[in-house]
Amino acid sequence: MKSRVVVTLKPSVLDPQGKAIEGALKSLGLEGFANVRQGKVFDIELEGVDGEAANALIQQACEKLLANTIVENFAIQHG
Amino acid sequence: MAEPLKAAVLLFPGSNRENDVARALAAAGARVEIVWHESEHLPPGTDLAVLPGGFSYGDYLRCGAIAARARVMEAVTTHAARGGLVLGICNGFQILCEAGLLPGVLMRNAGLKFICRMQTLRVETTETPFTRAYAKGQVVKYALAHGEGAYMTSPEEMETLEQTGRIAFRYCDAQGNVDATANPNGSLNNVAGVYSADFNVLGLMPHPENLIDPLTGGVDGRPVFAGLVANMTH
Repeated sequence: MKSRVVVTLKPSVLDPQGKAIEGALKSLGLEGFANVRQGKVFDIELEGVDGEAANALIQQACEKLLANTIVENFAIQHG
Repeated sequence: MAEPLKAAVLLFPGSNRENDVARALAAAGARVEIVWHESEHLPPGTDLAVLPGGFSYGDYLRCGAIAARARVMEAVTTHAARGGLVLGICNGFQILCEAGLLPGVLMRNAGLKFICRMQTLRVETTETPFTRAYAKGQVVKYALAHGEGAYMTSPEEMETLEQTGRIAFRYCDAQGNVDATANPNGSLNNVAGVYSADFNVLGLMPHPENLIDPLTGGVDGRPVFAGLVANMTH
């Protein structure tokens, strides 16, 4: 089964990279970008595990490694 | 005469300052061994574990995140829990934060640029094995070389660190003034280094090991290593 984990900076954390990207978009002449924040996506293939067990496994992976929960949030999507 | 300080300098794939810190320790009189990250144990009798600077695992995922899960880190955690000394410099500081041995996290520099230059710091406390050879409030010059050195933690944790005197060094100007203009990377409260609750673990972004020889810019870093070695004989 396939899962996707999206890791984003918490809203309270300054994101200088996102700010730089936002500035670059504006310098391209693209209008309407009020705020840009950068995150990470992990596409994961699981083997021999699914359902609630798969969810628990990915949850563990996020808490132990994929996200630093001091400054990052994570969201898990399956399917 | 007590045995000299025994230091284990950990080597992760991508570490690159292990020889510099080993040289600084040896010059101060310590016995030094380089230890590979897959080792399950620190060498018997290790007093001090050192996590050197560099770019472990190419800074993949987050700086220090993968090295923090290396096998040897279990031994470092046990060593620290027993009261053993641990020093993390630059990438070593990032690894200690990711491993949970120090609070907080090092984020991308506020100005986005990799900073590589000398920087003045204020020594905030001298009542630890790492800074006992300095004077309180002394302004020292160390070298900066990092892209992710902005220290952050929750407001509650920051309050705890301040209240318990766990800020080791702060970025300051040449006169010792700590303010926004002397902050090179956007660190909260100009924090350049922090201690664990028991003051036996220190992490800092600047490099004291660069400043041990007048030929290469000065000797302001020597007291860290001299103090650690002297700590063993007192």
